Amino acid sequence: MTERLVKIYPRFERFWHWSQALLIFTLFFTGTALHGLHALIPFGAAVTFHTFGALLLVVLWIFAIFWHLTTGHWRHYVPSADGLLRVIRFYAIGIFKGEHHPYRKAYWRKHNPLQAIAYLALKVVLFPVIWITGIAYLTYNFWEHVPDAGLWLEIVANLHLLAAYAIISFVTIHVYLLTTGHSFSEHLRPMISGYDVVDLSQAEEAYLASDEPERLQRAE
Amino acid sequence: MFEKAKLFGGRKAFGAIALAFCALAAVTAGLVGIAGAQDVSGNAAAQPASTANHELFEALKRRFESGPEVTAACLSCHTEASKQVMSSIHWTWSYEHPVTGQKLGKSEVINSFCGNVASNEPRCTSCHAGYGWTDMKAGPPKDPSAVDCLICHDQTGKYSKIATAAGHVAVGEVSAKAKTITGASAEPVDLSKAAMSVGLPGRENCGQCHFYGGGGDNVKHGDLSSALFDPSRHVDVHMAGDGANMTCSACHVSESHHWAGSRYNVNAAGDETSRGHGMQRKPGERRDVASCESCHGATPHPATSVVGIKLNDHTDRVACQTCHIPEFAKGGIATKTKWDWSTAGKLRDGKPYGEEGYTQGDGRELHTYLSTKGDFAWGEDVTPYYAWFAGQVIYTKAEDTIDPAAVVEVNRIPGSPDDPNARIWPFKRMVGRQAYDSKLNRLVMSNVFGPDTDTAFWTNFDWAKAIAAGMKAAGKEYSGEFGFVDTYMYWPITHMVAPREEALKCDSCHAPQGRLAGLGGFYMPGRGDWGIADKLGIVMLLAAIAGVLGHAALRLFSKRGS
Repeated sequence: MTERLVKIYPRFERFWHWSQALLIFTLFFTGTALHGLHALIPFGAAVTFHTFGALLLVVLWIFAIFWHLTTGHWRHYVPSADGLLRVIRFYAIGIFKGEHHPYRKAYWRKHNPLQAIAYLALKVVLFPVIWITGIAYLTYNFWEHVPDAGLWLEIVANLHLLAAYAIISFVTIHVYLLTTGHSFSEHLRPMISGYDVVDLSQAEEAYLASDEPERLQRAE
Repeated sequence: MFEKAKLFGGRKAFGAIALAFCALAAVTAGLVGIAGAQDVSGNAAAQPASTANHELFEALKRRFESGPEVTAACLSCHTEASKQVMSSIHWTWSYEHPVTGQKLGKSEVINSFCGNVASNEPRCTSCHAGYGWTDMKAGPPKDPSAVDCLICHDQTGKYSKIATAAGHVAVGEVSAKAKTITGASAEPVDLSKAAMSVGLPGRENCGQCHFYGGGGDNVKHGDLSSALFDPSRHVDVHMAGDGANMTCSACHVSESHHWAGSRYNVNAAGDETSRGHGMQRKPGERRDVASCESCHGATPHPATSVVGIKLNDHTDRVACQTCHIPEFAKGGIATKTKWDWSTAGKLRDGKPYGEEGYTQGDGRELHTYLSTKGDFAWGEDVTPYYAWFAGQVIYTKAEDTIDPAAVVEVNRIPGSPDDPNARIWPFKRMVGRQAYDSKLNRLVMSNVFGPDTDTAFWTNFDWAKAIAAGMKAAGKEYSGEFGFVDTYMYWPITHMVAPREEALKCDSCHAPQGRLAGLGGFYMPGRGDWGIADKLGIVMLLAAIAGVLGHAALRLFSKRGS
């Protein structure tokens, strides 16, 4: 095993991450206005930006799903119990004792087990909930004639809201975790440059050196 | 696996995906922007050219001594006209509600203004579309020539009824003190000239009665006043000379002298053929309902923006009037907002008096107290009261039991968010305090007008006699004991539509303490409501923040410690 600086976040993944971050912020800002928590933007403008922001995010996600499935990147998110307890123990105890993070990033496993589970939950639970409820909300007039449509709308709206609170809680923890380890900027850099320190097997290193040399930076 | 990663991880793949993403985003934006603006405009004010010139009619080339003589001449050609008028509510003042079955009409109901017609006939029936209805119980006159054709069809602008003469017009010698139903000095009318001038009713015709309901300019409705004779666009975008310049009958279409539009059975939707289909019709095109939707359809907002689409989504639950009539009693003419009858009857030196405590926008001083009528409050540019309303108004009549401990609703406007026919509608909510039978707990009728009687309140200032006379005239049971109750009366607002740029904005309602803050029982975003999802959500978010802060603090502490 060699530790190399490898480009493990391809350009699309970074584009996806940052445009998604921007859209989530837009949706958070306009959504809280729609909910009546602030009046920094007129309601009509908030409706417009929230709707377009949501539609763009849905489109982005359709592309992202396609990308995950076709490139095999979905495999990074397969949940694994292997090492999970050690990571949990690190964040709960080890980090306070100055221990090193127990997880070494691998070429096909760039997230630690806790991270993978958290991202997977976000992708397969929270995002679908907020989308499905959002689309149901947006298309209310197509189903307004079902019995108790008003009550259903309220349920849909509350689920949407709850999912939004959960996503914002996720973002809070997500950003906080960037401060653990060496430094905030060190955690941030891979999602900008694409390069991160990864343990490569001999076969992986040999493959990259011969077929995709631009993804390898010299070891530090 | 590596091959795939290479294929899709490379620069070209990124470019293709990003491009396709942008293209799809553009398509999405385009989809939202289909369908063009719907424009409804038209000029319905000009009198269409008639095939008849009434100045040439032999039957009219004579001197007329009275209104009925003119009507007889009209009927010599328009043989069916009186039959048509005499079966309309303009004539009968009687209305059997097709949904609630309640018997309504001016001859039946009690209001919080002058109260009731019975026993006050010559004053109230001065606005009857006929001549000489002096006894409510006896019903309107039977003689076809008692129909007043000219009040609706005169185009000289000089024809007007005397305020206290049961519908009769000023002819011959007219007392200097006599007033018309609009409060102007009564002048003798040239009936021959009026008869030769006839045309389709203009706003001057309808307005003489309908702008002065409740005994004065805009007193009753709030959205019908003399400001509509020549309104600015701000006052009424449909009737403004520089707007659509429409007459009343452009919307209140008629068939055989029966008019569309009712305050008892209010229509929000279009008629059968247009309902729910967003169908719209041009001014003058055949329609049977005087509603916004019958011209504008159910999707009147341009679907070229998210906001336009969302506004169209509102039309089934929010009446057009709610956003498009942000205020009523515009144009400098105030409406009476409160009438307290209980303070009436105070005299100074044994004489009735009045106080003028309100100056309205056009500079006129208005009474705020009259010995005859009690205390008033007035309002201009009034923000409406909003309620869910399914269109059917139920009246509290003289035989219905009331609860004097609560504010009595003289009329009720049932509706709830759970009723698919109900929409949020604007109202003038009239605040009243009026007499009731304190033993039977019923609203009472009273005799207020009658200069020569010893029962009329305005002459004798004696409630006991006035109520007894009113109840007797109406044939209603009365215990002889009375008191005063607080009342509300609701007047649906539907006129004085503002130009589109003055319509309410989203935030007018979708905000904490917005215009609909008083309405509950349904989901509506933007009001800052604190629901179950908020409670759960905020616990979750606070837990996350607390966890993060605690974790960070522990890290700092342990690093320093080590």
